[in-house]
Parts: sequence; C-alpha cells; structure tokens
Amino acid sequence: MVPISYYLILSGLLFSIGTAGVFLRRNVITLLLSVEVMLNAVNLSFVAFGRQFGTVDGQIITFFVMTVAAAEAAVGLAIVIALFRHRESLSPEAFTNLKW
Amino acid sequence: MAFDLLLFYLFAAITVGGSLLVVAQRNPIYSVVSIVVAFCGLSGLYVLLEAPFVAVVQIIIYAGAILVLFLFTVMLLNATREDGAEWDRSHPYYRPGPTRVGGVLAVVLLGQLGWAISRMTDLSAGVGEAAPAASSVRLLGRVLFTDYVFAFEVTSILIIAGMVGAVVLAGKKGN
Amino acid sequence: MLETLMWPLRPPQNWWVAYATLIGVIFMALQLSAAVMVYFERKVSAWMQQRYGPWLVGPMGLLQPIADIVKLFFKEELQPKAADKLLFSLAPIISVAACFVAFAPVPFGATTTFFGWLDEPIALQIADLNVGVLAFFAVSSVGVYGIVLAGWASNSKYALLGGLRSSAQMISYELAYGMALATIVLLAGSMSFREIVDAQAGYYFGLIPRWNVFVVFPFGLIAFLLFFTAGVAETNRAPFDFPEAEQELVAGYHTEYSSMRFAMFFMAEYINMVTVSAVAVNLFLGGWHGPFLSPAYGWIWFLIKLAVLLFIYLWLRWTLPRVRYDQLMSLGWKVLLPVATVNLLIVAAGVIAFGL
Repeated sequence: MVPISYYLILSGLLFSIGTAGVFLRRNVITLLLSVEVMLNAVNLSFVAFGRQFGTVDGQIITFFVMTVAAAEAAVGLAIVIALFRHRESLSPEAFTNLKW
Repeated sequence: MAFDLLLFYLFAAITVGGSLLVVAQRNPIYSVVSIVVAFCGLSGLYVLLEAPFVAVVQIIIYAGAILVLFLFTVMLLNATREDGAEWDRSHPYYRPGPTRVGGVLAVVLLGQLGWAISRMTDLSAGVGEAAPAASSVRLLGRVLFTDYVFAFEVTSILIIAGMVGAVVLAGKKGN
Repeated sequence: MLETLMWPLRPPQNWWVAYATLIGVIFMALQLSAAVMVYFERKVSAWMQQRYGPWLVGPMGLLQPIADIVKLFFKEELQPKAADKLLFSLAPIISVAACFVAFAPVPFGATTTFFGWLDEPIALQIADLNVGVLAFFAVSSVGVYGIVLAGWASNSKYALLGGLRSSAQMISYELAYGMALATIVLLAGSMSFREIVDAQAGYYFGLIPRWNVFVVFPFGLIAFLLFFTAGVAETNRAPFDFPEAEQELVAGYHTEYSSMRFAMFFMAEYINMVTVSAVAVNLFLGGWHGPFLSPAYGWIWFLIKLAVLLFIYLWLRWTLPRVRYDQLMSLGWKVLLPVATVNLLIVAAGVIAFGL
C-alpha cells in the first residue's frame, strides 16, 4: 500500500520544480510549460485526496483544472505570438519597458 | 503490495525526471518532449490511484492537444535557442547571479510544503484504505452533471472566450 | 526431461504461456499485416487500373513484400547534417510505438479456452481495459508527435510544412473521430471493447444483425461513416494524403528519411490503417459475431470484416482524387464536426427517451 504522504510529497516536489522553472527560465514558452507542470502537480494531489476519502469530487475538480489550463495555454500562447511579432524576441527581459 | 510501491516509484521517477528535464533543457523542443514524458508518467500515477478515466483524459487533453499546441508555437516561432546571453548589460539588477536566486526560493517552497504535509495527522494510512474506490465513469458523469453543473456551464463559456481571445490576439493585424 | 519440457503446458502456468504467445502472435501479425497490405495495395491498385501489378517475384508476385523489405534493409541510412540527431531518430520510434500500443485494447475474438487446453478462458485481446475505447483514442493522439517531430527534425522546409500540415489535419479530424466514438459509447453504456461487442450479439427479427451500424438507423450508419472518414484522415491516407503528396511536397514529413527509419514510418501507416479498421469492426460491425460459426471461431468473421474494410481503404485511395488542404480542413471543421455533434445529440436524446 502506498501511503498518501508519498503522493503529496511527489505533488509538492513537482510544484516546486514548476516554480523553479518559472523563476529560472528565460524563454516565455518554457515558462508557460513550467506553469503547466505546476497545474499538474495540483491535479495529482486532488486525485490523491479524492481517492483517500472515497469520493469522485477529486477527479471532477481535475477536469475543471485541465479545462482551465487548456484555455489559459491557448490564450497565453496567442499573447506570446503577438509579443513575438512585435519585438522578435522570446525572452521576458525584452518586455521590461512599459512603453510599447 | 510491494508491486504497488514499485510501480509508484517507477512512475514517480518518470514524472520527476521529465519535469526536471523541462526546467533544465536549453532547447524548447526538448522541453516539450520531456513534459510529454512527464505527463505520461503522471497518467500512470492516476491509474494507480484508481482513476482510469482521468488518466486517459490526461493523455488526450494534455499530451494530445495542449502540448501539440505548444509544439506548433515553438516550431512556428523558430525558438530553437534560449537567448540566455541576451542580458541587458546596462540594467543594474538583471544580472545572471541575482536572477538565479529563484532556484533557492523554489527549494524553500519545497521545504515549506514538506513541513505542511508532515503536520498532517494520518500520514501512514495507505491511499484508499479508508474508503472504497468510487470511480466508474457513470458515477463521474452523474456527479458532474448534478452537483457541478454550474461550473461545467461556466467552463464552456470560458473555453469559448479563450478561443475567441486566442484567434483575435494571434491573428493578423488589420483583420 | 520430457516432464520439465511439458511443465509450461500444464495448468496453472499454461495461462501465462498462452498469454505471452498471444502477445507475440499479435505483434508479429501486425507486422505481417503491414507486409500483406503492401502487396495487396499494389495488386488491387493494378487490377483497378487494368494492369497486372507485381508478378515477377515469386508466384503471382507473392514475394514482392520480401523484396521490398530486403531493399529497405540495404539502403544507406542518410541523415541531414543539420538535423536534430535525437529527434530524428526518436520520431519514427514514437510513430511505431503508438500504433502498436493503440492495438492493445482491441479484441479480435471471444474468450476462449483453446478447446479445453486452458483451465480459465483467455480473452483474445492484450488488455481488456474498462476505458478501452478512450485509451485507443488517447494513444492515437500521441501518434501525432511522431509526425510533427519528424517534420521538425529533418530541418528541411518541405518536411516541416508536411509535418505541420499533417499534424494539423490529424488533430482536426480527431474531434469528429471522438464524437463518433462517444456516440457508440453512449449506445452501449460502457467503454470496454468487449462489452460493446457483446452488446451487438443477436438479431433483430432473426434476420438483421444487431450491429451498431443498424441500431438506431440511420444514426448508427452516420456515426460509422464519420468514424471511417475521420479514420482515413487520421492515418493520412488518400483522399486526405495531401501532406505526403508526391507531387506537391516531395514526400512530406518523411522526405529526409531513408532505409529503416522510412520503413518504420511506412509500417506505422499501414498498422494504423489496420488498427482503425479493427476498431471500426469492433464498434460498428459487430466484432466477431457472425452467422454459422460458433463463437470460438469468431475470429474468422473478424478477419473477414477487417479485410472488407481494408479493401475499402484501398478502393478509396485509388478511386478518389486528392482533397486540397484548405478544403480538407474545412471539411473536417465545418462539415464533419457539426454532423458528429448533431448525431451525438440525437442519439443521446434517443437513449434518454427510449431507454436503449
């Protein structure tokens, strides 16, 4: 039997890896990928808790998180494309000036 | 019993390895391929948690649709190299040293999460020993459309808004 | 000595031996089916064009696939200098692995004890998943990566264009594909392949088989046509094979591939065809149920129906002209998707109203 703490520690570890990715990466697309890693870590802990208490609510919340992540990835990538068209760069530092 | 634990370690290793590769790769295409591998490992973990529908939906939606979108964007923008050398030399704060402190912050976050988990009371109880699994797709559908129907409808509006937003933002100017 | 040799054939371990043999047989059968399809494609296309096709190599040209495979073995393995080495090798592996794994939940016969040799019956299927239909769909979605990575890793404009077009086509047609699957899942009330096929046993009025094509006439038939059309588009076969059209794009995403890697893409395309046809037979045409034969021989009916669908695949390729890419995409989004949605809604309303 796998104790639930193992799943939660794994979820925390994935969340921290995603956070490290958001802080350290200098490419906005990989930044969005790290955000996806964080969202999946949260999904894992939802499903683990749902299984612990024997309800399906954990899995249902997972569907909503996945859907929101999909919408957010689509809009985020559209923004990245619009930014790239303007500045020809994918580094977050290229967009530090408030002036367009 | 030990087989469960072995499978857990295997899928956890795949997931953590894939996620570390996402963060550590230079090439964004390799990052996307690593995250696909990580999501497949995560799907295996969902199967271990007796949620087969979520496992399959994870592959269909994440690995099959969202990450393909990421891959298209990386290819069309030709983002092969991370421009790590493009530091603004005149800026006093944006140097490679101070900006790498984010890694330390992530480790601090991990410590905080570990501390929070260790304050849980019933840690050594195996997953699923408290209550039986309840995960038929029929039950999922019933709960989704009765208890969570409002969230379901709002999510559909969110998706339409996202679609329209993506088309408008990424479309050509003067359209 | 004979005793130890006979040990694997006795219960209870002979179940595992049978299972391992079954997996090996399915694996080899899928690869052989690719070779058989190559032969029949050339023969059938030749007969449709009133010529003979391969007839020199072996009797009636039956050894032609072997000659093709030997030729592919001995070709030089080329790799463009600026190609991405890891992804160039990885892409055909992903394609082939996805198409083999996609065949895992698909059954091709009733549970059998091999005429009493086994104590407990074994299902003629690698894995009877309770979400089998969705698992098949999920793994076909992952097969897109092989194509798009092949297009990118070749570092050539024709390959990149072909790869992007092909993967955009595949993910567009997955919507109608998935909705047709959802219609069947709704009618059968389960996502396991075995239960869907078992719900198609029996006859209406003793005459018309209770297959899903005939169930809620005509909506089952519409779902079958949608599924098959989307399947043809998914496997990049004519008339939807614009991304690998020889006249327009050299060879699309596998332009820069040669020898064994090309053979893997080639094999992956044919095995995908076989898998889509096998799933269509199971979901819509009643699987292994048929008249006159007892269920233990159901796999013969399965093979017959599979052969009919594969013949239709070849027929479509050599009869219809190629669909232009923008017409192809508008067909997928503007025609197939609304038809699939309306079909699903009507079938869902019917299931609620009549309690099917």
